[in-house]
Amino acid sequence: MSHQQKTEGARITRRTRSAGLGAAAVAGVTPFNIVRAQGAALKVGVILPRSGYLAGIGQDCQRGVDIATGVLKDLGMPALQIMNADTESNVETARSRAEKLIGEGAQALVGAFDSGQSSAIAQVAEQKGIPFIINIAAAPPITEQGYKFVFRNFPTAPMILRDAFIDQKEVFAAVGSAPKTAVFMHVNDTFGTAMAGGIGAVMPKFDMPYKIVQEIAYDPAARDLSVEISKAKATGADALLMVSRLNDAILLTRELVKQRWTPMAIFSMGPGWYEDQYLKTLGKLSDGPLSFAPWYDPNKKLSKQLEAALAKLSAAINLNTNHVYTFEALLIAADAYKRAGSADPTALADAIRKTNITDNASIGPGIQFDAKGQNDKIVGGAIQNRGGKLITVAPKAAAIGKAEWPLTPYDKRA
Amino acid sequence: MPVDIYLNVAVGGILTGLVYGLMALGLSVIFGVVRVVNFAHGEMMTMAMYIAVTLFGAFHLDPLTMMVPIAAVMFAFGYLLQVRLINPFVTRPEYMQFLLLVAVAIIIINSLLIIYGPDARNVQTSYSYDSFQIGPLIVDATKLYAGIAAVVVAALLFGFFRYTRQGTAIRACADNYTGALVVGLDVKHLYALTFGVGAACVGAAGTMLLLIFDVTPSAGPAYTLLAFVIVITGGLGSMVGALIGGVLIGFTEAMAGLLFSPSAKSMFAFAILVLVLLFRPQGIMGKRTA
Amino acid sequence: MIARLIADIPPRGLALFGALLVALIAAPIFAGDYLLTVLIVILYFAYVGQAWNIMMGFVGQLSLGHALYVGLGSYIAAALFVRFGVGPWWGLVVAVPLAAAVGACIGFLAFRFRVAGVYFAILTIAFAEFARVGFDHLQWTGGSGGLFLPVTQYSYNDVWRLRGHPVMFYYILLAATALAFVLCRALLQSRVGYFWRAIREDEEAARSAGIDTFHYKMLAVVISAAMTSFAGVIYAFYYNNLFPEQVFHILRSIEIILGPIVGGVGTLFGPILGAFLLTGLAETLTAALAALGIDLPGAKQVFYGICLLLVVTALPEGVWPWLSRRIGLTERKT
Repeated sequence: MSHQQKTEGARITRRTRSAGLGAAAVAGVTPFNIVRAQGAALKVGVILPRSGYLAGIGQDCQRGVDIATGVLKDLGMPALQIMNADTESNVETARSRAEKLIGEGAQALVGAFDSGQSSAIAQVAEQKGIPFIINIAAAPPITEQGYKFVFRNFPTAPMILRDAFIDQKEVFAAVGSAPKTAVFMHVNDTFGTAMAGGIGAVMPKFDMPYKIVQEIAYDPAARDLSVEISKAKATGADALLMVSRLNDAILLTRELVKQRWTPMAIFSMGPGWYEDQYLKTLGKLSDGPLSFAPWYDPNKKLSKQLEAALAKLSAAINLNTNHVYTFEALLIAADAYKRAGSADPTALADAIRKTNITDNASIGPGIQFDAKGQNDKIVGGAIQNRGGKLITVAPKAAAIGKAEWPLTPYDKRA
Repeated sequence: MPVDIYLNVAVGGILTGLVYGLMALGLSVIFGVVRVVNFAHGEMMTMAMYIAVTLFGAFHLDPLTMMVPIAAVMFAFGYLLQVRLINPFVTRPEYMQFLLLVAVAIIIINSLLIIYGPDARNVQTSYSYDSFQIGPLIVDATKLYAGIAAVVVAALLFGFFRYTRQGTAIRACADNYTGALVVGLDVKHLYALTFGVGAACVGAAGTMLLLIFDVTPSAGPAYTLLAFVIVITGGLGSMVGALIGGVLIGFTEAMAGLLFSPSAKSMFAFAILVLVLLFRPQGIMGKRTA
Repeated sequence: MIARLIADIPPRGLALFGALLVALIAAPIFAGDYLLTVLIVILYFAYVGQAWNIMMGFVGQLSLGHALYVGLGSYIAAALFVRFGVGPWWGLVVAVPLAAAVGACIGFLAFRFRVAGVYFAILTIAFAEFARVGFDHLQWTGGSGGLFLPVTQYSYNDVWRLRGHPVMFYYILLAATALAFVLCRALLQSRVGYFWRAIREDEEAARSAGIDTFHYKMLAVVISAAMTSFAGVIYAFYYNNLFPEQVFHILRSIEIILGPIVGGVGTLFGPILGAFLLTGLAETLTAALAALGIDLPGAKQVFYGICLLLVVTALPEGVWPWLSRRIGLTERKT
């Protein structure tokens, strides 16, 4: 979900000379790059799912890597030499890619979007003593293992939920009204289940003005969500509370249109409803939903730099969580390298632990890690789709607009 | 829950099921005649869907009108695939056929990923969001059109196999391979023709499905599995069976999703499959083989 | 007994086999960590492929849902460890019979109702899918949120709890693969093996010759399932996290069968060779593409698919029969 922006030049085709080929016998030990000139760049292995079923998200995170080099240079950060790897959306491949990168000299690892793949890489990193900075992965157990080399600059599912409720209350106060009933729909995958599980524990603490009248779980591989929407419509609830992915978001919206049901408000606590593909595919029908997710603070200077860099890379793409958080992972690596003054992994890990970056892009006081390697200071934001753009409406410090509802009925939109 | 919810869901399930049935028809033809475990069936469909996406993007041609040319392209693809690659495998063990087609599937999926990227694609026609309201019933326009088109294509296919020479010859091959050879039929050509027809079928189904669903490079395998479930449930070699199987699966999944938990929908389809396999292996409409 | 096992094998074959074994035992000393990881994956697939081969190669039953047994082994042992602190070897004692029982159920249903060929394959897929969706909803094992095993340390090898350095897993899998190989050889040489081969060649004829085909087919299924579940236990403790969507997925089942089919179904060495070839191919392709500077997601898989296509078209019996003829080992076709 978080987006890291990467500056273009960072994704370099590795200029390994020759002998790597046919390297089965010598596998894994492809010759090191010719040592760069002074101020050697830090070798960072970036492991993302760039093929397989997570390819869309992995390649989106890659954009955060692509804009990183330029922006990091502007910030006066040391250079990073990015080594790309593809997990192929597969745990076994994730693990062997991590081993390979470390074998090729990676001094830090960044990745991997998916909790299972990140967990596999975390084990390798911990075992080898190489710092691993997780860009996006919400499953709590990863930072509960007592690892000393694993850091996560992304909220856990309970944190995302907590901030979602806080922001919702803020938005209700600002708009002056609130739904009384909501139907909660969630995708039955790792993230969706974690969020659903957390709701029972977290929601009562906030005394929300609405009640959840029904919970509907659906299959992540579902092609057809008409039944789910029928069920939701039948509850007659005011609002639709969602945890979904991109493809489901599009499918669900289409069904809402076809079945002629426009809820008063749509609150999405996760990805999908703010993504470019959603906005592009649905056009005017994409306006209105509020997404409560880890987001960047548009008022921060770094965010503006990232927006500019991304616009240069591709004008049609909005800056989003994937880009920002992937960028921040690289920022953490560069910043630690600068402070540590050495690429020794243990020194790097110690430096990362002491990270205190207040000029970051994501919402919140900045990037710091607790004893478990988790950044527990991240604050989630709320954004609303308006005219193909994403307006941050909460928390107040980051807001650049005010939330609006009820949603314009779908059949009244031109 | 009010009655009209059940009605709506049921109708939606049946219509979607008709299109699933058309997709399965192609497999029924291929599997029933050539006896090849076509594990790349879903991939052939995604290929057709992507072609439709490209044509729509470039020329704004409605998928329904493009059904025929795309089916023709897929026919050629299927014919060539059978003649050049698959033919030697017809007599080889199933696991070999399986591996061959898995390899073909891998190549297609990843080529599509390279060419089109990982994001889901779809087409937005002017009627994409239309729905008809008949009393309490709200019927999705795209599903209705797709369902009707599926029935029409199935009827055409049925006519082909029943009333044309080629069709009869193909059925002869399926019923009795040796006999067909003895009588002098060019089996190799007929097999290729069948594979082509099956591919054309699945291409047509794909263009229709594009109206309802999005396409991603890795969408294939789920459809392949679905097609096998439908074919086995409906009965191998029976065209009507494939449609009935499709409708049954579509209906069951929809109702199961409504009555129980939507996330367990696919379990019901598999449960039906297991029951059919155990108690009526020839399928609902199939003939009991010797 | 050993004499009987090695009867009919030319001395050259024994020497090659011995050399391979020595090389594998010594490998960790020379191999870097990356290569060790790759070898672990190879041995895992060699072992599981060998187990699958019993059903397919020896008795002719195509199972496309073998991930079911891996998953059952993984989840049972992992759940016992996470919930009750039960070590993996005790977990095995529970997991293996359970997996075997499930295999027996499937076998019973299939064979009693005469489900065969592709239909049997689809039946196995159905059961694996049941497990996938079922475990997705089973909160006791974490549901679709996944089951995470606590990872305590790497500094020393605790074989009892399977916590430690990957080298430990390497040797366990190597031992397992070697034992599986010997077991399969012994089975094939025995009465059971002869009956199996008779059933594979022509089940009708075997039945009319008085062989209780149901009994022997069930035996194959149960042994195959039991052996596979052991691999599942190792998998759980090596990767330390399990998600139903990944563990029971049909892609896992397909991965399992690629090795033996490419190597040579029904041969003893086929699954092992197949595992080496395919994993080696995958890693080599990745390295080659990287060395050429081609950074295109999906490209490696396209080449992989093409290689598979070429191998399967050119060598219809698999690589091992062809290879063994070429290096002059006339292994009796099993």
